[in-house]
Amino acid sequence: MAGLLYALTVAAGVAGAGVGVAGMLGIAWTVRVDGVVPLGGLELTMDPLAGFFLAVIGVCTAAASLYAVGAAGETHYDIGAYLAFVGALGVVPLAANAMTFLVAWEIMSLASWMLVLDRRDDAEARHAAWVYAVMTHAGLACLLAGMLLLGAHTGSLRFADWSAAAPALSPGLRNAVWLLLALGFAGKAGVIPLHVWLPLAHPAAPSHVSALMSGVMIKLGVYGLVRVGFEWLGPAPAAWGVVILLAGAVSAVVGVLYALVDPDLKRLLAFCSIENVGIILIGVGGAMLFRHAGLEALALLALVAALYHTVNHAMFKALLFLGAGAVVHGTGTRNMEAMGGLIKRMPWTAGCFLLGSMAIAGLPPLNGFVSEWLTFQALLQNIRLEEPALNLVFVVAIAALALTAGLAAACFVKAFGITFLALPRGDAAARAHDATPAMRLGMLVFAAACVLLGLGPTVVVPALGRVAGPVVRAATPATWGGATTLSISESFARLSTLAIAAALVVGVAVPFVTLALAGVSRRRRLYETWGCGRMLQTARMEYTATAFADPFKRVFRFFYRPEKQMQLDVHPESRFFVRRMAYTNPARSLFEDWLYRPVLAALLAIVARVQRLQSGSATAYLTYIFVALLVLLVLR
Amino acid sequence: MTADVILAVIQVLVVTAGAPLLVGALRTLKARLVGRRGPRVLQPYANLAKLLRKEAVVSTTTSWIFRVTPYVLFSTMVAAALIVPLLLARPVLDFAGLVLLMYLFVIGTFFLALAGLDAGSAFGGMGSSREVAVAALAEPTIMVAILALALRAETTSLGGIVERFARDPLLAANPGHLLAFSALFIVMLAETGRLPVDNPATHLELTMIHEAMVLEYSGHYLALVEWAAAMKLFLFMTLLANLFLPWGMPAAAAPLTILLGLIVLAAKLAVLTVGLALLETALAKLRLFRVPELLAGSFALALLSVLSVFLLR
Repeated sequence: MAGLLYALTVAAGVAGAGVGVAGMLGIAWTVRVDGVVPLGGLELTMDPLAGFFLAVIGVCTAAASLYAVGAAGETHYDIGAYLAFVGALGVVPLAANAMTFLVAWEIMSLASWMLVLDRRDDAEARHAAWVYAVMTHAGLACLLAGMLLLGAHTGSLRFADWSAAAPALSPGLRNAVWLLLALGFAGKAGVIPLHVWLPLAHPAAPSHVSALMSGVMIKLGVYGLVRVGFEWLGPAPAAWGVVILLAGAVSAVVGVLYALVDPDLKRLLAFCSIENVGIILIGVGGAMLFRHAGLEALALLALVAALYHTVNHAMFKALLFLGAGAVVHGTGTRNMEAMGGLIKRMPWTAGCFLLGSMAIAGLPPLNGFVSEWLTFQALLQNIRLEEPALNLVFVVAIAALALTAGLAAACFVKAFGITFLALPRGDAAARAHDATPAMRLGMLVFAAACVLLGLGPTVVVPALGRVAGPVVRAATPATWGGATTLSISESFARLSTLAIAAALVVGVAVPFVTLALAGVSRRRRLYETWGCGRMLQTARMEYTATAFADPFKRVFRFFYRPEKQMQLDVHPESRFFVRRMAYTNPARSLFEDWLYRPVLAALLAIVARVQRLQSGSATAYLTYIFVALLVLLVLR
Repeated sequence: MTADVILAVIQVLVVTAGAPLLVGALRTLKARLVGRRGPRVLQPYANLAKLLRKEAVVSTTTSWIFRVTPYVLFSTMVAAALIVPLLLARPVLDFAGLVLLMYLFVIGTFFLALAGLDAGSAFGGMGSSREVAVAALAEPTIMVAILALALRAETTSLGGIVERFARDPLLAANPGHLLAFSALFIVMLAETGRLPVDNPATHLELTMIHEAMVLEYSGHYLALVEWAAAMKLFLFMTLLANLFLPWGMPAAAAPLTILLGLIVLAAKLAVLTVGLALLETALAKLRLFRVPELLAGSFALALLSVLSVFLLR
């Protein structure tokens, strides 16, 4: 039964992707059903931007559901919630008025909340779901306030009317509305410091749901920020662009810094989603600034880079979450310190995870490289913006993006190396089993997408140019280079990933064949690892995830503020004979300590005061009602 | 097309054949500077030949990652040899830019770090962890230095930058340009494992980075890894030489001009090699956790170089 429903979801995903691609190519349509939703009825409109997001959602849904067919029977959550989640995901980008949008948005949040509560006997999962519910509803409150405010002042709740009416509004009101909407969308996108729910909620959900949450749900926050920044509120002032650009830069660096030190495989991936949303927002913010300065061609390039990274991140992050899911499925743990050596027990998963790691680390010729390259090329042209203050913001973004790229490569060396290489660090890892065929197929779809999106920028970039063109109101360039070489901004920079791939293949093949023909590579002997003269190699000699991240913990100690604790249990005769040793060095969260805890403490203090009103006696309550009525009468 | 392929083959051959010579010359020079006789200049070739003849011992703990990495590493250097302007002002893959080149080097670091973890020894992991830390911290300097070059040359394509600076010597003598050079030079020291970041001549366990990572390699695998490391040094020095001393490079491909390009390249590399040898003789290795300060310094240099463009506009 569940298998059949998942198979239907695969078909629905493929259909959604088809409709989305048609929308990207310019097939626009509108559906209106009055009465289903209050205040304006259900209204869906297809435009290229909506089509793009629908296509990404469709592909991800199809492959993730395929994987779920293979993983079914292991999970015990409500399949109804999954169907509602997937359906709502598809409706959000198509929504054409505020109520349709908000209802779909809330169904998406509630359904994913139920999926986060998958293992509801687990206290950690319940905590995650609780934090998620609070944060997502705080975000919804911001969106609701912003949209109603805008609706009240423009006299319409249809998005299409807003962009016409918004420029006439007062700057103060526009800023207030932008701030509310941006807060709501940024919260869903996981922008620092609104990210606290994301590393809790994403790992708690079943892995194909994590893939959809990280791959597409948080991208709908980006979708909202693009709509708000370019369409709904009219031309954006420079300050909005600066805020988005800096928020993106901070999210990218902070996200990857947290990912680097986390020993939980799925939480590492969740932190890494924050990083990638940051990279996308660097592109979006850059596009807003270029658009403000009247440099439409550069705005188009920056937005194309952001959209390219959006689809790329959806593909490799979904791949990695499915891979992590297969690992959890095979070993029963998410803790990397208990893994190791899985490449031998789970060759399929290891291969897919390696490809995903290479893509997310931005290694050419895979897809992550192409979008990071495009983002860099857009940022590097900031000289054409003749305002030194804004140029400085761009330099900060370039440095942040470069640091992020370097740290992400380090992070995925850790994620893949500690999980899949060397000796198993525990029994669970030593007895692991590989993914089922349907799960492999789901992963292979994403892996193929990573390769194709990497090799085919000459096809993808013009298509994304047609999506981004109407958004930034720029004419699409006549040419993006030839069939194999991408050329941007009149040959400011050019790229051919196909040629790079060919050079790399030749570079591997020539020495390999030469050495094989010369008989050199046959002279090989298997022996154990050199262990400084020890008799036996054990997993205890291996580097751990904590040890691997230690240089970073030292270099960035002002940020991590690690709390090193070591407990030694020594022999009573001599302190040089250690019987047992416990070592922990966890990083503390700056945002929880300095932002959320003080705010929560203040909130609880206020609540405690208010609680005194709640005495429990019915007469007191009746008195309150009487007083309230009296006050209302007097005020009238 | 045929000319391009021939040129590509010549470029790759110059890099693969020239890299051990560069390393040998550097070692001999360093030995002479401290009063030792030192090995022959051609010794690295003999080492490679010896390693290729020897049997490779492979740990049973390792997976295919360990065996594939030397080839991947070598191939990234071959690809990089087609991207760096070497003999002619235009590189063979003429679309190539600096950003791509730096990402190509990351492929090598990524796989070598994985291979370091693969054998399951503490040394390998230690080397991997340190190597990726140094590489990650060098990234911001690289990109901001690229920005400094791109701002002045108005392109990130390597051929374009070289041509622009060769046409306009005043632009290349600009103090901002020299700042970018110093920044990239420090990055080269970090990326290729030279003093004061890493000591290529030692196997002292507390200090080593690159050598710890490749400790499990032997035989032809080690030959490929060492060869690729030499090629990386060669390519980085060529890049610095041609970006910051962009003169004398012929524009068109012909047998005579290629010979001329080779001579000019050898002269530039000789200058840089002497400089590097003097520097390595004068400097002591930095403590590992002082390396970030050095890289922060190089970042500051790159930043100043960029700011000078904005301010002098």
